[in-house]
Amino acid sequence: MKPTAPIKEAPFGTPEPSGQDRLVEAAQAGDRDAFDELVRATYADTYTLAYRLTGDEEDARDVVQEAYLRAYRGLKRFRGDAQFSTWLYRITANCASTLLARRTRHRHEELNDDAVVADGRPEIDPESMAEAQLLRDRVSDALHDLPPGLRAVVVLRDVYDLPHEAIATELGISEAAAKVRLHRARKKLRERLFPIPGEETAHAV
Amino acid sequence: MPSDRVLSCADVAELLPGIVDGSASADLATRRHVEGCLRCQAELVQHRRLLKTLHHLRTEVLEPAPGLLTEILASIEAAGERGAVRSLLSGRRGAYLGGLAAATAAGAAAGAIVLANRARKRVRLAS
Repeated sequence: MKPTAPIKEAPFGTPEPSGQDRLVEAAQAGDRDAFDELVRATYADTYTLAYRLTGDEEDARDVVQEAYLRAYRGLKRFRGDAQFSTWLYRITANCASTLLARRTRHRHEELNDDAVVADGRPEIDPESMAEAQLLRDRVSDALHDLPPGLRAVVVLRDVYDLPHEAIATELGISEAAAKVRLHRARKKLRERLFPIPGEETAHAV
Repeated sequence: MPSDRVLSCADVAELLPGIVDGSASADLATRRHVEGCLRCQAELVQHRRLLKTLHHLRTEVLEPAPGLLTEILASIEAAGERGAVRSLLSGRRGAYLGGLAAATAAGAAAGAIVLANRARKRVRLAS
C-alpha cells in the first residue's frame, strides 16, 4: 500500500534547531504554548514514523496521539542529553509496539517473522531504474509488506538511526533479538528489491 | 579466523549488511572472496543501495490527513484539564487557576498559528 498523503521535506533531521531547545525548556517549565508549538513542529515527522511502523493511516494517528500524551505527561523526565526528536521517536516506537502487540493478541496471530514477502512487481529490474525516487517508493512498499516485528526494527535502525539498545528497550525485546530481526529484515528487503531468478540454488561456491 | 579459509557465498552473504553499515569489518578471507566473486560483489552493491535508500527515507515526511494536529492538541488539552481538576481536588487551587489561564492563552495562540499555517504554501517533492 502506498501512502496517499503527499510528501515534503523533513522539518528536521539534522542538528536540532536551538529554538526547539528553548521550546522544550519552556514546556518543561509548564508553558503549554511551548509544548503546543513543539507538537506543531514535529507532528508530521512523528506521524511519518508511526505510519512506517504500523503501515496503516488510522493506526498511525492513534499512535501519534498516544505518543504526544505520553510525551506531555513525561516531559519533565526528558533530559537534554538526547535530542527531543530522538526521545519522541522512542516514545512513538513504544506506542506503536504496544498497539501492534495488542492487535496481534486480539487477532490470535503471531508476529510472524517468517511470513513470505510477495513481490507484486517482480518484473521490474531496480538496476534499470533511472530515478532514485522509484527505488524509494519500492522500498517503502517493501517495508510496508514486511512482518511488523521486522519492519519496526529496520525502520528504527536504518531509517531513524536509533541504536540497537534503544530499539530493544522500546520494543520490549533483547538487543540480540533486535539484531537478528534487523538482519532478517534487510535480507528480505534485498531479496524483494533485487530478485535473482534461481538465487537459492545458484548462490553457492 | 584464519585468513586462508575458504568461504562460501552463503557465509559471505551473512556478513555483507554489517560490512555495509560499518558495524562489521571484512577480514582477509572475506575480502578475497568478494574480490573474486561477481555474485557477492553484486549483493554488496545491492545492500549499499538498500541502506542508502532507507537512510534517505528519513528526509521524507508524509503529510497526515487534515485534523490530526487539532486532535492531538485537544487530547493534550483534555489531559491538562484532568490534571488541573486533580490539583483542585487536592487543594492546589492556584495551580488550577494557573492552568486555566495557560489553556486560554494556548487556545488563542493555536488559533493564530493555524491561520498562519494555512497561509503557508506546502512544498511538495516531485514524485
